Amino acid sequence: MLNTHDILETIRMIEEENLDIRTITMGISLLDCADSNIRKACSKVYDKIAHKAEHLVKTGEEIENRYGIPIVNKRISVTPVSMLCGISGGDPVEYAKALDASAHTVGVNFIGGFSALVQKGCAAGDRELMEAIPQALAETERVCSSVNVGSTRAGINLNAVEVMGRVVRKTAELTADRDCIGAAKLVVFCNAVEDNPFMAGAFHGVGEADCIINVGVSGPGVVRSALKKAGDCDIREVAEIIKKTAFKVTRMGQLVGTVAAEMLGVPFGIVDLSLAPTPAVGDSVAHILEEIGLEQCGAHGTTAALAILNDAVKKGGVMASSMVGGLSGAFIPVTEDAGMIDAARSGALCIEKLEAMTAVCSVGLDMIVVPGDTTAEVISAIIADEAAIGMINSKTTAVRLIPAIGKKEGEELQFGGLLGGGPVMRLNTKSPARFIHRGGHIPAPIQSLKN
Amino acid sequence: MNQKAVVSVVGKDVVGILAQVTSACAQNNINIIEVSQTVLDDYFCMFMMLDITGAKCSIQELNHSLNREGEKLGLSIHVMHEDIFKSMHRI
Repeated sequence: MLNTHDILETIRMIEEENLDIRTITMGISLLDCADSNIRKACSKVYDKIAHKAEHLVKTGEEIENRYGIPIVNKRISVTPVSMLCGISGGDPVEYAKALDASAHTVGVNFIGGFSALVQKGCAAGDRELMEAIPQALAETERVCSSVNVGSTRAGINLNAVEVMGRVVRKTAELTADRDCIGAAKLVVFCNAVEDNPFMAGAFHGVGEADCIINVGVSGPGVVRSALKKAGDCDIREVAEIIKKTAFKVTRMGQLVGTVAAEMLGVPFGIVDLSLAPTPAVGDSVAHILEEIGLEQCGAHGTTAALAILNDAVKKGGVMASSMVGGLSGAFIPVTEDAGMIDAARSGALCIEKLEAMTAVCSVGLDMIVVPGDTTAEVISAIIADEAAIGMINSKTTAVRLIPAIGKKEGEELQFGGLLGGGPVMRLNTKSPARFIHRGGHIPAPIQSLKN
Repeated sequence: MNQKAVVSVVGKDVVGILAQVTSACAQNNINIIEVSQTVLDDYFCMFMMLDITGAKCSIQELNHSLNREGEKLGLSIHVMHEDIFKSMHRI
């Protein structure tokens, strides 16, 4: 018979501490949908997704019923669409519409992969896709977009950084009537990973199999509660507790992923062992940092506490799953985290601190609302800074900023649902225009002499 | 393959707890393999291992109906698949 304590602990995690499977994401390769005729290509894209993911949502619900674990999202990631654009030419927005239609048909809430990888330079289709992002995100509901502008091996494409500053701003402008939600579905990466199941940055890398299942777990509430119970232990014990908790959470992801892959008849890809917060009370990464001993997230010490958390989550999770991948660590999306929202409102958390935190967290500057009059050059410069942190430290970094068109510091945007909402944060407005407009390519960094 | 589920009942001890749970199981063709009970911090805790291979209802349905019964008696009752506990707590 099972141990009483173990049974009660598991029930408490699910019932009271918001333990859930954040997403089951089906990765689908669209390489065999390429066609020189864009209309034919779009129809192949729609058909392939509708066929492969036909049972995805139903299977997710069946697993929820069988195990009683909530599976919050069922999603799809596809091959970066710029590759199809390169072959077909034409207006990339047509692909976005085909993706959106297929997402509606199979019933997933997001589909990622309206993407381009331009870290070294733009090939056919890349430039067109980037320029089409604002319209694509304004005219579709469920499509998510990402662009990789840099990597540790390739350096940073400053031309693409310049373009993306404009694109982020224009995306917000075109969806200004809907709280600028377009920009919340657009991520600019450095060192993007090919098997990330989390939106908005999910895409199905070209090195991946034809169709796979990736699982993203969550559980900030579980970690916080375990730390709370431990009281004033020393910091090594804190790391141990996080590790053990991450292990248990990840085991659940491994179970669900294995079963889902079996039921759908596709290979199991990876478990992404990320602590992904939601705006719900008790589901906050910031509150874990505060439980470690900070008065409020953003205080000095936040970076160190986050580094401990991020590393311990990886260590615990790696042991628990045979295939770990994706972004794996602690996310810090401001508008999606109740504790971060409070800290931003009170002024304890500023963008400079968030930037420092991105050097040790799993991704980057995520879901940050900035003033509506922020120039494209300032957004590009933020992207460049963030990409530089990723490039030098050999980690994934990303920027997902939402320019709040027509709003200024002190006002707020509300997206609702998992995307949450939050206050407009202050930015340094000194102009980086001359730097950004230089264009060209930031050389890849040296990989030795690491100081 | 045999499918097993764990029922947990936690709360103040009242008359008829066992009868309620076991009759729900019998109605749904569920065999009870093992029962253990203990008192933790003044709370009555009972756990049952069920064989749900031939069950007439899903775990979720059984969970909902026992939840409702439990609420009437002031008890917290949960039904979960054994795989969850096995994967989470055993290497």
